[in-house]
Amino acid sequence: MAACAELPAGGFVFENCQRNKFLESQGYKVPKAYKTGTTICGLVYKDGIVLGADTRATEDTIVADKNCAKIHYISSNIYCCGAGTAADTEMTTQLISSELELHRLNTGRQPRVCTANRLLKQMLFRYHGYIGAALVLGGVDSTGPHLYSIWPHGSTDKLPFVTMGSGSLAAMATFEDRYKADLSRDEAMKLVRDAICAGIFNDLGSGSNVDLCVITKDKVDYIRPYEEANKKGVRQGKYRYDRGTTVVISSEVKKVELEVIDTEVRAVPMET
Amino acid sequence: MSILAYNGAAIIAMKGKDCVAIAADRRFGVQAQTVSMDFDKVFEMGPHLFVGLPGLATDVQTISQRLKFRLNLYELRENRRIKPQTFMSMVSNLLYERRFGPYFVEPVIAGLDSKTNQPYIASMDLIGCPMITDDFVVSGTCSEQMYGMCESLWEPDLSPDDLFETISQALMNAFDRDALSGWGGVVYIIEKDKVTKKLLKTRMD
Amino acid sequence: MEAMAMMPYQQEQTNHIERPIQHRFSPYDFNGGTVLAIAGEDFAVIASDTRLMTGFSILARDVPKTTQYTTNTVVGSCGFHGDVLTLTKVIQTRLKMFTYLHQKEMDTSSVAAMLSTVLYYRRFFPYYVYNIVAGIDTEGKGCVYSFDPVGSYERETYRAGGSASSMLQPLLDNQIGMKNQEGAKQVPLAKAKAVALVKDVFTSAAERDIHTGDAVCIHVITKQGTTKETYPLRRD
Repeated sequence: MAACAELPAGGFVFENCQRNKFLESQGYKVPKAYKTGTTICGLVYKDGIVLGADTRATEDTIVADKNCAKIHYISSNIYCCGAGTAADTEMTTQLISSELELHRLNTGRQPRVCTANRLLKQMLFRYHGYIGAALVLGGVDSTGPHLYSIWPHGSTDKLPFVTMGSGSLAAMATFEDRYKADLSRDEAMKLVRDAICAGIFNDLGSGSNVDLCVITKDKVDYIRPYEEANKKGVRQGKYRYDRGTTVVISSEVKKVELEVIDTEVRAVPMET
Repeated sequence: MSILAYNGAAIIAMKGKDCVAIAADRRFGVQAQTVSMDFDKVFEMGPHLFVGLPGLATDVQTISQRLKFRLNLYELRENRRIKPQTFMSMVSNLLYERRFGPYFVEPVIAGLDSKTNQPYIASMDLIGCPMITDDFVVSGTCSEQMYGMCESLWEPDLSPDDLFETISQALMNAFDRDALSGWGGVVYIIEKDKVTKKLLKTRMD
Repeated sequence: MEAMAMMPYQQEQTNHIERPIQHRFSPYDFNGGTVLAIAGEDFAVIASDTRLMTGFSILARDVPKTTQYTTNTVVGSCGFHGDVLTLTKVIQTRLKMFTYLHQKEMDTSSVAAMLSTVLYYRRFFPYYVYNIVAGIDTEGKGCVYSFDPVGSYERETYRAGGSASSMLQPLLDNQIGMKNQEGAKQVPLAKAKAVALVKDVFTSAAERDIHTGDAVCIHVITKQGTTKETYPLRRD
């Protein structure tokens, strides 16, 4: 087939499906992708939006990444937290971000949050929930601050405060307790921080640090990490080996020629 | 049994001071039966760029070739060496394209930036979710064992020689507690001016 | 039908038919926990983390999985906490009866043998518990016995059990067993080094295993008796 000699045209490829289905029918289990068993949340405050996220990515019961970024860039005034299948949140936000950038260049206007929301929900709805992305979308545009939660099947809610992920109950408990309209910037950041920490310490799928993103009319503060909620443990012993501890059968050294990036020849007048 | 564990593999990449290392076992097996002990799982993608592919052996070889093809095309078109970050996106895109019918590999990338010589390591799940770290990445059938070893042994700013000892000990002791990987090991230490490939003497049972 | 054959990816039609939902009760749960024991020349160290969890929630942060059975025998048990409690109760009752009958405490090796019998008695509805026994044998040497849930056991010098066991065991192989180290001398393990190693491996396990954390409880057993120490771990 000519396909292997050409670059991909874009879109999903299904060439392995039949083989994989066969393997599955033989009783081999399909491996799981990274999940971000996550706590993400966001709220609307007096001057804009605060988004928050933890930084743990898990692979079943193992921590795959201790400091991953779950607040994704959509456009200069819109950011998006992602929970669920890590690859899906990453790729979906990238795709929508680029679509929105093209939209901005075509229209010459700053993108609106409702546009990002519709692009995301229509994309997710198209895939019947098979793209496992649960998102918290927030931003400030010409019509003010907006906050949405978007579910993998494509339904969305527009609310003053939202939480998502496995730690959403812990975070929502904090919000339900203390959220009120027109919070100040500091109060809002403290509340989001406390909500994420509730997830980090009480939900096993969430952990490590707190990331915050504060979006206002003319400025975005992406604070990463906002707080190192958990410091890495300090080792007591030394575990460095003496040289030669490992037995080597053969060793082969390949010298790498340094690449010349730029050459400049300068003539110096000779002394006479 | 998971499809990723059909052939068995163990791969680690680690950062050192101005150097990176990538290490892999050499077993090729079919479930519990070992077939060969000189199987390549780490592939050279440039003078300072290596990719380790643990997983289903058929996909390991298919992907290594597909990647090399895309890489060659990129470097011909751009007339320059690829950056490790760019290469990572290339692998990620190749895997995510097949989101609903994936290749069964979880790649590990190790390299030095072609301009700045900054060390770079990354790993990915089978549908291409990138994970970039400052210390080490592991992948394969004994990932738990490797995490345990690396988490205890790794320290920042290891010199190339110390990095070799650390990564080799992490790899060997991890795969000795796994029935599906081991049977020899290979370590690449990537420095600015040279790449050293070392074969390890390990248990063969 | 022609069109159907052309579409190999189409889901089977039967998937759309509603079937009755079946709810099944499982008699077991998994409550996490990691246990680790090391035998030295004249001492033994046994440690466990203190987190109790189920699913994605933490039930308690201060429940050590280790129990002192006699003056110089400590047992670490993890798995399903309900079974851990019941098993501990059964063993302690039997130990009490032994003491009343023989006017002395049971040896560590005998505790291990009895535990094996108690576990195998439930061969076809087992206690879902992973046990490690640590203590001092009749010759005054440190000893460690590891068990599977149905009573198979063996004496060892070091062993990790429970949820993060696969992370700890290779490092013990390397640092205590001196595996894969050319020219390394087998020096007798010092008590302080053993305790430091225990703290380090638990610190590492807490980084990567979501079930392990909060604190580690370390018992050092000598002929004179046991001392207990608690060392904090990350709490996320």
